[in-house]
Amino acid sequence: MSSGVEITRPEGAIPLAQKYSGLSEEEVKKRIIAYNPPADSRFPNQNQTKNCFQNYVDFQRCVRLRGEDYKPCQFFERNYKFLCPTGWIEKWDEQLENNTFPVKL
Amino acid sequence: MVSWGQLGFQDAGSYFMEEFIYFHDFTMMIILGVLSYVVVFLILGLTSGWVNSGFVEGQLIEFLWTIFPALILVQIAFPSLLLLYLIEDFSKSFLVCKVIGHQWFWTYEISTESSDLLLTLDCYMLPRKGAFGMRLLMTDEYILIPVNVPVRILVTSDDVIHSWTIPSLGIKADAVPGRLNQLNLTLSRKGMYYGQCSEICGANHSFMPIMLLGAASPWFFAWLDRL
Repeated sequence: MSSGVEITRPEGAIPLAQKYSGLSEEEVKKRIIAYNPPADSRFPNQNQTKNCFQNYVDFQRCVRLRGEDYKPCQFFERNYKFLCPTGWIEKWDEQLENNTFPVKL
Repeated sequence: MVSWGQLGFQDAGSYFMEEFIYFHDFTMMIILGVLSYVVVFLILGLTSGWVNSGFVEGQLIEFLWTIFPALILVQIAFPSLLLLYLIEDFSKSFLVCKVIGHQWFWTYEISTESSDLLLTLDCYMLPRKGAFGMRLLMTDEYILIPVNVPVRILVTSDDVIHSWTIPSLGIKADAVPGRLNQLNLTLSRKGMYYGQCSEICGANHSFMPIMLLGAASPWFFAWLDRL
């Protein structure tokens, strides 16, 4: 692996080629598409900055209201992890730790 | 990929680019028709000493030569606006690829079937010796996108404004710091596609190309798993 390549995967993850080996291409597409963040009609245009930020804020609020184990919060978590660059997420996490996050949660 | 002396568009690699080419050809046909008509009558009018009295204060002809061009413009506007809204129409994606511009390389963060699975690639241009004749176009790593699936590309920048584009796919978006610009892409053909940074971003603006490989889905999974 060259120095500019990094992969983060969950512990014990099955290789994708093996995981989807028995399924038809259509079925694989359907499952993976279902997992991706859906279109959000609140953000229909090219600028998706607010989409990423809103999902991050909604996840933080959800977790503070309902607890870490509340499953529906994972919807927001999944969305912001898909949409937001990791640099932005790290910056916001640091702001949360330092109590300098610009939004009241 | 563009070749030396090429005048027209590159072969389309996505469905949108095919539509752009059709629209371009349609509009060019109208433009050439109008141009020929105007040039012929201009030359005839300038070289003849006579003027038809019907052309001066002629109400009917003035009405016709106003309405007819307006109708032509409406006929151009229909497919233009249709395409404009079609490329922004987004409902679902197979994978999300975040493109982050730096001075002077691109970083790609690819997520597909799990938010915990993230592939991060830094793509630097290969120097002349390593580029196998594809000078200024080849990078050390490429991104692999499956063919015939909707892909969501989100472009941003870490420092100054760059622009991410692949001409043969008909996609371009400015990489603006603090902003996420979305591109919707569906590849129609397998192959290697090249692009170059399209917004002046410093000394090495010409040396941060983009390389994208379109392949079938099993190849995409194998590429993700290889790491």
